[in-house]
Amino acid sequence: MTLGAFIQEKNKPEGWNRPPAMKPDGDGELLEVAMGPHHPSTHGVFRMDVSLDGERVIRLKPVFGYLHRNHEKLAEGMSYLGSMPFTDRLDYICSLTNNWAYALAVEELTGQAVPERAEYLRVILGELTRIVNHASSIGFLIQEMGASGTPLMYAFKARENVLDLFEALTGARMMCNYMRFGGCRVDASPAWLEDTRKVVAGLPQFVDEFERLLTGNEILMARCQGIGILKPELAVNAGVTGPMLRASGVNYDIRKVDGYGIYNRFPFRVPLGEHWDVYDRFMIRLLEIRESIKILEQALKEIPTGTVMDSKAKIRGFRPKPGEAYGRIEAPKGELGFYLISDGGPNPYRYRVRPPSLINLTILEDMSLGQNVADVVLIFGSVDIVLGEVDR
Amino acid sequence: MMTVEGIKMMIDAALPGSGVEIVPNPSPSGQHSLRLDPRHAVAVAKFLRDDEELALDFLSNATGVDWPDKEVTEKVKVTRPVTKTLEGVEQTTEEIVEETRKRVEPGCLEAVYHLYSVAKKHGPVVIRMKTVNRTDQVELPSLTSIWRSAEFQEREIFDLFGIVFKGHPDLRRLLMWDGFKDHPMRRDYIDPDDFEYEPTAHDEVLARAAAHRAAVANQEGGSAGK
Amino acid sequence: MLGEGLLKGLAETARNFAGSFVSKERLTTVQYPEQRIAPIEATRDFPFLVYDGDDWQAGMRCVACQICEKECPPKCIYIVKSTDKKPDYVGKPQFYPARFDIDISVCMSCQICVEVCPFEAIKMDTEFELSTTDRFGGLLFDREQLAKSNEYYHRIHPTEAEAVDAVLAGAKAKAEAKTTTAAIASAVRGAEIPAHPAGDGD
Repeated sequence: MTLGAFIQEKNKPEGWNRPPAMKPDGDGELLEVAMGPHHPSTHGVFRMDVSLDGERVIRLKPVFGYLHRNHEKLAEGMSYLGSMPFTDRLDYICSLTNNWAYALAVEELTGQAVPERAEYLRVILGELTRIVNHASSIGFLIQEMGASGTPLMYAFKARENVLDLFEALTGARMMCNYMRFGGCRVDASPAWLEDTRKVVAGLPQFVDEFERLLTGNEILMARCQGIGILKPELAVNAGVTGPMLRASGVNYDIRKVDGYGIYNRFPFRVPLGEHWDVYDRFMIRLLEIRESIKILEQALKEIPTGTVMDSKAKIRGFRPKPGEAYGRIEAPKGELGFYLISDGGPNPYRYRVRPPSLINLTILEDMSLGQNVADVVLIFGSVDIVLGEVDR
Repeated sequence: MMTVEGIKMMIDAALPGSGVEIVPNPSPSGQHSLRLDPRHAVAVAKFLRDDEELALDFLSNATGVDWPDKEVTEKVKVTRPVTKTLEGVEQTTEEIVEETRKRVEPGCLEAVYHLYSVAKKHGPVVIRMKTVNRTDQVELPSLTSIWRSAEFQEREIFDLFGIVFKGHPDLRRLLMWDGFKDHPMRRDYIDPDDFEYEPTAHDEVLARAAAHRAAVANQEGGSAGK
Repeated sequence: MLGEGLLKGLAETARNFAGSFVSKERLTTVQYPEQRIAPIEATRDFPFLVYDGDDWQAGMRCVACQICEKECPPKCIYIVKSTDKKPDYVGKPQFYPARFDIDISVCMSCQICVEVCPFEAIKMDTEFELSTTDRFGGLLFDREQLAKSNEYYHRIHPTEAEAVDAVLAGAKAKAEAKTTTAAIASAVRGAEIPAHPAGDGD
C-alpha cells in the first residue's frame, strides 16, 4: 500500500493496540539511531530510538527519565507550602502557571475562596506566561529548522521585558514561587501595573514583527506543511491537550470548558487548525498570543483594588481535612493537573502531577511513522515539551 | 452532568452484575469516585466511553496510590472459659469477655483514572481499581485498549508502584532505567545509600551519611590492606 | 512571486540590524561585566541575617526559633541554639543562634524562610557573584558571613526595609506601652510610693 494509505490506516480510531510496524521495502537493513539524550533539538535530555529505512522512520520509541527527580515522592515528605517552589521547576519556562495549577488543586481540596484582585493578578501573570511560552516555542521550532536562532532571539527580546516584570513583582525571573493557597504572595503596586501596561502595549508590535519574519516564508511552509498529521479522534483518545489538540481541530480549551478563576469574564476566541499538521500548530500558537494580548488588555483595565490574600489563610501548620481533589488549568503546554490525596496531616498523602508534555508524547510515534528523520525533529518540536515536566 | 449515583445506575442498567461501588470523597471538591471490579473493568470502561450521554472519550489522568498494610487494634467480644472461685468452689463457665486484638489489614495498590468528555464538555468522572494485595497479586486490567492516553501513564504506574497491567501493549519501565529493581513511589521504599558530601545535612540524613562513609572506608581499607 | 516571504523576512532582519546603530531599543545586548544594568529592587538571591546597630553579634535579630530550618524545602539551613540568652530589641532576653549555616549550593532562593520568620531576622540578599574555587566550604556560609546590617538592607531593598522598620517600631512601641501600663498599675496598687514614677521615659 502507499505511504499515505498506510498512515491513514494507522490513524483509524479502532484498534488502539499497536499495529505491526511498517514493513520496509527493498532489501536494506534497518539503521538504528539513538537521537539524544545529548542533542541540541530535543528540548532537554530526551532520547528517541528510531529505526530507519534509509531516511524513513519505521519505528520510534521515546525514552525519558533522564531528568527524573521523583518530585512526587519529595512532596510526600514536605508540607504543602514547601512543594510550591518545586512546582516552579516542573515546566521551568512557565513557572507561574505551574504555581497556579497547584494552588487551584489545593483550593479545590479545601474549598478556599480567592480574593478578586488575586484572581485578576493570576490571569495577568498566566497570560503573560502563555505569551512568553508560545513565543519561545515558536522560536525553538524555527531554530530546529536551521534558522540559527534569529527568530528565537526576537522572542527572547520580548521575553526579557516580561521577565523583568516578573522579577519586579515576585523577586525572581523564572522560579517565581508566587501563588499561594488562597491568593498571591505580595500585592502589585500601581507602578508595576503601569509598567505592565507599557509592556503589553509593545506586544502587538512584537507579534507583527514576528509574523512578518515567519509567516509566508517559503522554506517554513515547505518544511512544515503536510507533515506530522494528527487526526482529531486519535488526538482526543490519546489524551492530547493544549495547542496540539486545537491544531487538530478539536475545540477544547480548559479556560472555556472549566471556566476556572474568572476566565468567563474575558471574551476571547479559540483558534482551531484545519490541516492538523506542524504548520497549523505553529500558527495556532501565534494566534493564541494575540488572544492573550486581548485578555491582558482587558484584565489590566478592570483590575480592582483590594487584598491579594485572605488574612486568615495559614502559611504554617496548614492541614487540609482528609479527602482528595483533582484541579487542572490550561497551561501553555496543555492540561496541567494536580491530584492530591490528604489524610489530614501536614504533608500530602499522594501528590500527583498530570504532565501535559508526557501525555502529548504518546502519539509521537504515530505522527512520525513514514516521515523523514529530519521531519521527526520538527514534529517533536511542534509537540512543545519541556523535560522537567515529562520526567518530574 | 450526572451525579455519581446516576452514572452507577446507568452502568448497572447496561451491564448488570459489574460490581461498581461508590467511594465518597469527604473534601469540598465533591469528586466522588466509582470503584470498579477488575474482572469487569474493561467492559465498564468501554461502556463509559461509547455511551451517548456520557461520552467520556478523554482519559485525563491515570495514577497509582499505595495503601500499605495497617496494624489495626480493636476490641472484640469473645466467649472464653473463665475460672472463678464462688463460695470456695472452683467453677469454669463460659463468659463473654472483651479482648484487645491486633491484626494486620492487608494493604493494596490502587489505580485511579480521571475521565472527561471532550464531546459533551463535562467531567470529571473518577474510577478506581484495587489490587488484591501489595506483594504477589498485583495485576489489574489495562485500559489502554479503550483510551490510548493510558499507555505511558500505566507504564509509569508499573514503574513506580509495581502494578502489572494485563493487556498493555508494551509494559516496561518508563522513568527508571530498565535494570532497576524496586518500585520507588511505594511508601516503604528506602533510598539507596549513595551520599555525596553534604555539609548541612542534619538529623537522620547526617547519621546515614556518616554511616555510609564509614562503611565505604571500611570496605576500601579492607581491600587495600590485602 | 516565489521568494517573497523570504525577502520580507530579510527586510525585517535588515531593519533590526540597521536600527541597532541608531535606536537604543534595538540594541539589546549588555556588555557584561563592563556594563551592568541596574538591579530591580525586589530581586532575591540568597538569604542573609539582619542585625541592628554596629555589633553584628549583639544586634542580630535572629532568636534561633528554628522555624526557617523546619520550613526550608531543600533543608539548607542548619541552626544550633545557644544555651544562654541575650536581650533583643524590645529588651526581652532571647536565645540566639550559636551556629547558623546556610549552604547556598543547596538553597533555591524560594524565600519561604523570609515568609515564615516571625522576627524579621532573615531577608533576601541581591548578591549573585559568589563563585568560589572551593566547592564545598566556599559555598557554606556561616553566621558571620551571613550577618549584614540594617543599613545594608535599606540600601538594597529600600521600600521593603522601611516597611519592616515600621512593623518593628510598632511592635516595640506596643511592648513599651504594655510595660508602662503594667508599671503604673502596680504603682497604683502598691502601698509604697515608688522612687521613680514609672511614667517617665528614659
